[in-house]
Amino acid sequence: MAVIHDVMPAFELFQPESAADAVTLLGRYSPNAWVMAGGMDSFDWLKDRIKRPSVVIELSRVAELRGIKERDGGLEIGAATTLTEIARSPLVRAKFSLLAEAAELVASPQIRNQGTVGGNVSQDARCWYYRAGWACYRAGGNICYADTPTAVNREHAILGADRCVAVNPSDTAPALVALDAQMVIRSTRGERVVDAEDFFIGPGTDITRMTVLAPDELLTAIRIPATWANAVFYFEKVRDRNVWDFPLLNVAAATTYSGNKIERIRIVVNAAAARPLRLHAVEAAVVGQPKSKETEERAGQLAIEGAEALRYNAYKIPLMRNLVKRAIRGQQDT
Amino acid sequence: MDFVKWGLNPWGESILTHVSWTLFWASLVAGLMFLVAHGSYMLLSAHRKRPATETDRLEATFANLPERIERHSLMARLFHWVMAAAMFTLLFTAFLPVAGVKFPWVTWHWMAGLVLTGSIVFHVVHATVWLDFWSIWVGPKDIPELKAELMRELGRDVPGPKSGKYPLGNRLYHLAIVVTALGAVVSGVLMMSRVRTPVFTRNPYLLSDATWGVTYVSHGLAGVALVGLVIAHVYFAIRPEKWWITKGMILGWITRRQYLEHHEPDRWRVTANPPAGRP
Repeated sequence: MAVIHDVMPAFELFQPESAADAVTLLGRYSPNAWVMAGGMDSFDWLKDRIKRPSVVIELSRVAELRGIKERDGGLEIGAATTLTEIARSPLVRAKFSLLAEAAELVASPQIRNQGTVGGNVSQDARCWYYRAGWACYRAGGNICYADTPTAVNREHAILGADRCVAVNPSDTAPALVALDAQMVIRSTRGERVVDAEDFFIGPGTDITRMTVLAPDELLTAIRIPATWANAVFYFEKVRDRNVWDFPLLNVAAATTYSGNKIERIRIVVNAAAARPLRLHAVEAAVVGQPKSKETEERAGQLAIEGAEALRYNAYKIPLMRNLVKRAIRGQQDT
Repeated sequence: MDFVKWGLNPWGESILTHVSWTLFWASLVAGLMFLVAHGSYMLLSAHRKRPATETDRLEATFANLPERIERHSLMARLFHWVMAAAMFTLLFTAFLPVAGVKFPWVTWHWMAGLVLTGSIVFHVVHATVWLDFWSIWVGPKDIPELKAELMRELGRDVPGPKSGKYPLGNRLYHLAIVVTALGAVVSGVLMMSRVRTPVFTRNPYLLSDATWGVTYVSHGLAGVALVGLVIAHVYFAIRPEKWWITKGMILGWITRRQYLEHHEPDRWRVTANPPAGRP
């Protein structure tokens, strides 16, 4: 197993003061450069000596990557904005409380004070076999140690597994997908904007990455359109401890109603697969339906179609079904 | 430059994991360079074709042969084209992601692999039972033909044996494909026990870490070799002077003249048309 060492291996540290400088540095030093914002994911990798970048680009001095501002009726959030800033932002809370709620449930207050939304959505898988530095698929090897007959895989995937069974551990990611957010990505080649739903990728697409971010690209901002402003939101995170823990599963939903009927909905589950799963089949099935027990039941059943349990995570299947039912219902009581 | 990649297993042992994808680029470039080199040589060299008079004389002698000579049966052609489709699917699904085109490729890859495996099994049985099994293999008996072919390629006008049913180049290519494709198929079928398919129950511990490493490296080496081999194959298939062979693989037959021009009737015996009035 990996051991946390006291001293990180040496690397060259850059602290740019603009996003343009950061992107230039990335262009110059990738793939041997490591981008660090809050450091909540980075320090584990670096101190465990599993990742050994020759260059670290630290973003705390890049003011333009921080802050929340209104944009076309929606919001633009700098990627280096802390989770605490998002959770407490009046702008976020006024229109997109789903994101504030998700951000507030990340880890612990100390981590939220330091951790950024960009880091939260870009963080790597939390599979301990992968993080131990063994040659698993995600690390470029040829086996998934978490998907063996004796593996400890209580937290792993029930859907979308493709050789690797690690899950995406982010709480803000499903909220952003539910809000139809867009990720602004910059590199020396220019800027591109990717829907949050397409930002996250599964192992079938690229087993060594969790997102579409290339080694020379920097996530600079997240845009939330006005589309789902002031919708009815639901976010629930299930975890082993009430603080300082990753989700066993979480669900984020944005819904609008016409009378008692569901008019529009986006519902997303995370920690069930290597990417936040938008439940398209559930959405299609419940739109136009009344908010009722039958609709909830149908949504719950549809959500778990195709789910496949590993040795220790079969509990996730009924848990996911119930979370989706609650999201449709809009409340946690059973 | 590393040709293979290594990793650590949970016991701290260094294990083989994959071939380096640098080899893919090497194979791709080698295949393309061969294409350019051979194409240039064919344009600029004085390689010799057989004189038409020789074929005219043979055609007069073998006038009783049918105008169309069957070269490949329908089953043989079906095998070839199914295998070709499977091979292209395998190569594209394996190497497009390496080249940066990301998509969920694994399911397509193993499904195409099963099609290839099935078609190869069919081919082995079909060729063994229904075809002239030895006609595709090379051996010491082909040395005179090899010498003659080389001399002609170098511009010398030499007599010499013509090929049997399959030209020497075909047979050498077949040998290379047998080695690489069987390597890819055997290692690929083993590797299927590491992915979720409806075909096998997953068993990642079927082999030891070291043996898995060798299996993955074998699969990778066969795969990158196939890139160059398939480029060469496609190149020859579309070359003007080889087009009659490709056409034969599409239509199933070649003309009597092509048969006599390129083949030795003693080495590939074709039944003559029965004389008129006889069944």
